[in-house]
Amino acid sequence: MTRHYSALSLFKEGIAGQTGWEQAWRSPYPKARYDAIIIGGGGHGLATAYYLAKNHGVTNVALLEKGWIGGGNTGRNTTVVRSNYFYPESAAIYGLAHSLYKSLSKDLNYNVMLSARGILTLAHSEAGMETAARSVNAIQVNGIDCELFSVEDVRRVVPIYNFSPDARYPVYGGTWQPSGGTARHDAVAWGYARAASRLGVDIIQNCEITDFIIENGRCRGVVTSRGAIRAERTGMAVAGHSSVLAAKAGFRLPVNSYALQACVSEPVKPIIDTVVISPDTGVYASQSDKGELVIGGALDRIPSYGQRGNLPVLEGVIAGMLDMFPIFGQLKMMRQWAGIVDVVPDSSPIIGESPLPGLFLNCGWGTGGFKAIPAGGTLLAHLLATGRHHDISRPFDLDRFARGRLIDEAAGSGIAH
Amino acid sequence: MQLFPCPFCGPREESEFHYGGEAGNLRPDGNDVTAERWAGYLHMRDNPKGPTREIWMHLTCGEFFAMSRDSVNHKVSGSSALGETEHGA
Repeated sequence: MTRHYSALSLFKEGIAGQTGWEQAWRSPYPKARYDAIIIGGGGHGLATAYYLAKNHGVTNVALLEKGWIGGGNTGRNTTVVRSNYFYPESAAIYGLAHSLYKSLSKDLNYNVMLSARGILTLAHSEAGMETAARSVNAIQVNGIDCELFSVEDVRRVVPIYNFSPDARYPVYGGTWQPSGGTARHDAVAWGYARAASRLGVDIIQNCEITDFIIENGRCRGVVTSRGAIRAERTGMAVAGHSSVLAAKAGFRLPVNSYALQACVSEPVKPIIDTVVISPDTGVYASQSDKGELVIGGALDRIPSYGQRGNLPVLEGVIAGMLDMFPIFGQLKMMRQWAGIVDVVPDSSPIIGESPLPGLFLNCGWGTGGFKAIPAGGTLLAHLLATGRHHDISRPFDLDRFARGRLIDEAAGSGIAH
Repeated sequence: MQLFPCPFCGPREESEFHYGGEAGNLRPDGNDVTAERWAGYLHMRDNPKGPTREIWMHLTCGEFFAMSRDSVNHKVSGSSALGETEHGA
C-alpha cells in the first residue's frame, strides 16, 4: 500500500495503474470510551484531533461529525488566509495560524495549495486612508507584515479596478499584506483528517450529538445517533451550531447565527492574481486556480440557520463587485451558496472551558474561521490535553463578556461586515 | 425578496426591516445586578434553531414590533405590536 504522497509515489502508482493507494482515513465503528471527544468534523475539529495526537500524544480520540467532514463552513468559505489584525491578542492567534499554514503541506504530507498572493484592503476616501495608515501601524507593531499602498500601488497590483473619475468607490490607496493569500479549503480538511487518522484518531461521520452525558455537574461524554460515547474531556468546534449544542449542555453563548453567502463565476483566464477587499462595497474577490472568480460579501441581515442566503444581500454583493470591476459585467455566475457563521459581539473567537466543566469551546470565529484553523486546533488541543489555557487563548475565554475585556476586531481588522 | 408583515403597514420587502434582538430579553433593574447578569442581558442569546420570536424594526414607519419566524426555513407565522412580555411594563 502506498502511504506517503510524493512525486515518486505518484509516478510508481501511475505505472501500477493507481491500485495501491491506501484509503486517506479510516472509518471505524465508535468505541464506548475515549480519552477525548471532539465534536465537529470541520477544519477546526480535524486540526484539534491532529494536534492532540501530534503535540500531546493523546491518540485515543474520537472525532464526531453529524454529516461528512469538511461539509460545513470549511467547504463553503472563500479560502482566504491572512493575519492583518489590529489588537496584539488577535495578531498572536491569527499569526500562529498563519505561521502553521506556511508549513502545513509539508507537516501533513498533503498539498493544501497555500498561495501567498497578497491581500489588498482598499481605502475609498481620505478618511479611509487615515484609518488604513493607523491600521498598518498597529499591524506592523504586532510584528505582522503589512504596507500602506498608494493609488499607484493599487493600480500596479489590480489594474482592472474601476479607476475612472466618476467611479462610485474611487480608490485612495489601501493596506497590503504580501504574505496573505488563499489555500485549498477541502485539502485543509482532508489533509488534517488523513494525518489525524494515521496517528490513531477515530473519525466518525454521520454521527450526530443528541445530548451530553452530565454526571455530578461534569460533562462525561455524549449521546449520539450511534450510541453513547464517554470521555473525561469533550471539545466542540461546530461554528454556527454552537448555540444548539450549548442549549443541550445547559448554557448560553454570546452567539448569533447568520448566513454568509459566497458565489463563483464561470472559469476565465487569469485576470486577478491577488485578493481584493473593499470595506465600503463590502465585497471581496479573488480568482481560483481553476479560473473562477470567487466573490464574497457581507453577512445576511436576518438571523438564520438556513444554508442558502437571501437575495437582497447577494444583489448588493454583485452590484458592489460591478462597481469595483466593470470588466466583469458580462461574466456568468455559476454557483451561489451560504454557510452558517457564529457571530460574536466583538468579532473575536471564544476558546476555553465552557460553563459545563469538562466541555471545552472553540467557536465565535464568525466570518473568518478558515484562516484560523491551525490555531483553533492547536489551542483547543492544548485545552483538552492539559485542562488549562495556552497563553494565546487566555484572552479569548468566555469570561471576557462578564469582565468587559472585549477584543473588538469589528472595526480594527478590515473584515467586510 | 421575502415579504415581512409590519403590523402597522402590512407586508413589505425584507430590506425595509432591521433585526432588533430576541423577544423577552428584558433589561435588568436595580442596583445589585451582577456582572454575569449584565453580560447575560447584553451578550448571551438563545439563538434558537427553528421557531423563534424576535423584535424587529420597520425602518420605513419607525415602529418596533414582535415577529414569530422559523430560523431554518424563514417562514413567518405572525407579527404583532409589542406587548408586556417583549418590553416589560
